[in-house]
Amino acid sequence: MARTSSRDRMKNEINAGSMADIAFLLLIFFLVTTTIDVDKGITVKLPPWSDVPPEIQQLKSRNVFSVLANAQDQLLVRGELTDIGDLRERAKEFIANPMRREDLSTDPKNAIISLKNDRGTSYKQYLSVYNELKAAYDELWDEECQRLYGIPYSDDLPTAYKRAIKEKIPMVLSEAEPTDFGAEN
Amino acid sequence: MGHFKKKRGKAKPEVSTASLPDIIFMLLFFFMVVTVLRDGERKVKVVVPEATQLQKLEQKSLVNHIWIGRPIEKFQALYGTKPRIQLGDKFASEHDIPLFLEQHKIKVPEPQRPQITSSLKVDGEVTMGIVTDVKTILRKSGQLKVNYSARPQQQQTRR
Repeated sequence: MARTSSRDRMKNEINAGSMADIAFLLLIFFLVTTTIDVDKGITVKLPPWSDVPPEIQQLKSRNVFSVLANAQDQLLVRGELTDIGDLRERAKEFIANPMRREDLSTDPKNAIISLKNDRGTSYKQYLSVYNELKAAYDELWDEECQRLYGIPYSDDLPTAYKRAIKEKIPMVLSEAEPTDFGAEN
Repeated sequence: MGHFKKKRGKAKPEVSTASLPDIIFMLLFFFMVVTVLRDGERKVKVVVPEATQLQKLEQKSLVNHIWIGRPIEKFQALYGTKPRIQLGDKFASEHDIPLFLEQHKIKVPEPQRPQITSSLKVDGEVTMGIVTDVKTILRKSGQLKVNYSARPQQQQTRR
């Protein structure tokens, strides 16, 4: 009689009911201490620093798309006041130059976008200008990719495809040192 | 008839809770993988601007964060309202950035070091002056991969 009862006790399992509570506790801890924000943003590659001033290159003015953002957050694109909403279209037209116009870039390879801002320009304005210029290139890459390979441009594209596209339409964005206007307090 | 009666007499079923811990653990692991540990206290107010051409930052261990914004109200008596840089969990000046980058770099295995990205979390209202200074420092210290942190645009305003 005693022997059987002891064997019964051996068969008993550890009560797993409290496992759930422990796991819940851990779960709640992680829920409280963590943030779910996904880090997203515009990735750029800065030019390396050099102490020697760069050589002044003489460029044909038709190949340069100058964008100035001043301390009042106004935009001057190739000498005329422009709204941020028109920037993308103008940049695309300048780079691709589908109509072969005399005053736009000779070839996407030669096109240079020059971006200059004041120290007083707001970061929001700067980033939206940068975003529009990036968008112009992204859209051109997408069109080129559709034409060549029939698929939309994305970051998962094979490297060879990406390289071929970027060789045709390289993104050249030069940023000048900002002027001191509107420097903050 | 008898058939049914037999069943009712026998079965007093309870839902087994043995798999509950497993389910909870699964949730737990999901959250552990998906989330980032909140690193320290935010001492500057940062509302990043909106943008559309966003890229996701892969591999959290290869990213260091530089926050730029105005001090939050609690610290305004001490630090004023001028935009400041926050590295880790404390205020810093741009001269502290090279050391900060170096401290992050030694934690990353050698082959992955070229992929280190600096995430600039800059408040939209801050002017470009301080951002330019930080960019210059980053260029001088050879940290050229930079990500301007931004929120996805809520609704498409164009076209």
